[in-house]
Amino acid sequence: MPILINQNSRVMTQGITGKTGQFHTRMCREYANGNQCFVAGVNPRKPGENFEGIPIFGTVKDAKEATGATVSVIYVPPPFAAAAIDEAVEAELDLVICITEGIPVRDMIRTRYKMQGKKTRLIGPNCPGIITPDEIKIGIMPGYIHKKGRIGVVSRSGTLTYEAVAQLMEQGLGQSTCIGIGGDPVNGLKHLDVMQLFNDDDETDAVLMVGEIGGTDEEECARWVRDHMNKPVVGFIAGVTAPPGKRMGHAGAIISGGKGTAQEKLAVMDECGIKVTRNPAEMGKLLRSVL
Amino acid sequence: MKIHEYQAKEILRNYGVRTPRGIACFSVDEAVNAARELGGDVWVVKAQIYAGGRGKGGGVKIAKSLEEVRELAGEMLGMRLVTHQTGPEGQTVRRLFIEEGVKIANEFYVGMVVDRSSQRVCLMASSEGGMDIEQVAAETPDKIHKVFIDPIAGLNDSEALDVAAKIGIPESGRGDAKQLLKGLYEAFDEKDASLAEINPLTLTADSHVLALDAKMNFDDNALFRHPEIVELRDLDEEDPIEVEASEHDLSYIPLDGNIGCLVNGAGLAMATMDIIKLYGGNPANFLDVGGGATAEKVTEAFKLMLKNPKLEAILVNIFGGIMKCDVIAEGVVQAAREVQLNVPLVVRLEGTNVKLGKQILADSGLTIISAGNMADAAQRVVIAAAQKT
Repeated sequence: MPILINQNSRVMTQGITGKTGQFHTRMCREYANGNQCFVAGVNPRKPGENFEGIPIFGTVKDAKEATGATVSVIYVPPPFAAAAIDEAVEAELDLVICITEGIPVRDMIRTRYKMQGKKTRLIGPNCPGIITPDEIKIGIMPGYIHKKGRIGVVSRSGTLTYEAVAQLMEQGLGQSTCIGIGGDPVNGLKHLDVMQLFNDDDETDAVLMVGEIGGTDEEECARWVRDHMNKPVVGFIAGVTAPPGKRMGHAGAIISGGKGTAQEKLAVMDECGIKVTRNPAEMGKLLRSVL
Repeated sequence: MKIHEYQAKEILRNYGVRTPRGIACFSVDEAVNAARELGGDVWVVKAQIYAGGRGKGGGVKIAKSLEEVRELAGEMLGMRLVTHQTGPEGQTVRRLFIEEGVKIANEFYVGMVVDRSSQRVCLMASSEGGMDIEQVAAETPDKIHKVFIDPIAGLNDSEALDVAAKIGIPESGRGDAKQLLKGLYEAFDEKDASLAEINPLTLTADSHVLALDAKMNFDDNALFRHPEIVELRDLDEEDPIEVEASEHDLSYIPLDGNIGCLVNGAGLAMATMDIIKLYGGNPANFLDVGGGATAEKVTEAFKLMLKNPKLEAILVNIFGGIMKCDVIAEGVVQAAREVQLNVPLVVRLEGTNVKLGKQILADSGLTIISAGNMADAAQRVVIAAAQKT
């Protein structure tokens, strides 16, 4: 079993009628088993309508009851996106993937607070999504660069993850699941959570972990890997050359108060037995070397 | 987004945070009039720039007469104030804040930030007023007391009183301190702040608790619901290149090097800077054109990079996903024609419509050094920049 999603997952799109939601729902539907997987859309103003044959419901609850969908992907604009996550959590979905970039931190603090003790897992926001190659893709990554295989990928970035996947493919290595956890400071699944899932997944042999400056998530994950992981892990951290105090594109990519530097993350990962490279062109080769 | 001290104090006063009385000024005459209006016989003349460390840099001085106010205001206005946060070039002082002098009994530190691990706002307080909190955290971490604030309930009375006691505010001042801390949190929360700092927080001789300094930063993602904060933006304090970039919805940060980079995606953009450095070069900028770049946006990005007099080569590194390589290629060609490219250009394209993109570049007749992968691209651009020098 791949982690979190597979070809039997049933997915609804919140924000299906917007330009982004439409485009990516179409792309996801065209990928592998997407036609069976993407079964519903949500828009409170357009219940009863449909998007290219996908029925639209007024609420997440209605969509879940009518179609059995337990996963949601969100393209709702930033001012309303946290409320969209809240709605999915209240409807007790298993997994919510929030693609939206630019959600206020204050909204996410409240949303994460309300998620305590709830069953729903959140990926993102501000992320490319999740893909189990040749089965299902939920998000905005280009599907065709992936191939089914046994390497897990977890990353805070979008295009850098595609780069990592392309390097794995050059080494002939397919992926079990690739997850972009997003570039925001307050988010759902962390490196550590995803690492635990990969550790328990018998279809994953090794993990490529891609991090960046800001926060201490990579360090926390590295310590867990040292104590619990029974599979090889390799890593890269972007931002060795990033100046302190500047947000490098992602809201969460900032070195503040001397904390969150790439150097420190790399040092902790190295100490914890994770093979790291400082060369972003060698992620694939490095992973090949630990198999 | 950042604002000035006097603006932060104005916001905080609306939430019940006490501060000394003060008036913001833009000229020497205004400063003298402000001091006269405030009355008393001691004033503090404070340079208003966004950067911290103003006191040590000579941007905060005491005046004991109106003549002295005039003298100090004259010295400070227009001076380039250098602090540990401005960099060696300093920041020009264009605004002053004249405040009444306060008899200080004791100084403390309070600050609030978003704590990523607990996913809450964290109140930090310390007895070490006037010191950098990072320094206190490094040297005497036991002197920092933290409260992770419940986002629904807010900071409650007992938490506020407890922190006040722990940092050594005497009983007589704790009621005031409680009001200040609760007000600070309310302001932080309602205004979507990303940082709020009162350093020092002052206990006066008559047991009042005042914010002697104040700093507030705001979450850029929340500015859409705070037009009153956006209005406070002082463009003089920001790098004009970054301002221009933000107008084109580009994420651009200037650096010291000579190799410009244009990349899609923040993570890949950082990795591109890193690999340039790894192969012996120096990146001139961080530039993320984002996921929805058009040919026009790419042209604007080229224009920004070319404004840098140190620029000696450009590396375009694109991994096409949703963004198609042919669109980027069109943009590069259009930009190169429009802006008179006078430095070597290395382009690495990968991903969606890569063949079409490469064909467009090849057919354009432009001198473009094409690279197969990231390592190849970095090596080529470093060599190209070295040859140019």
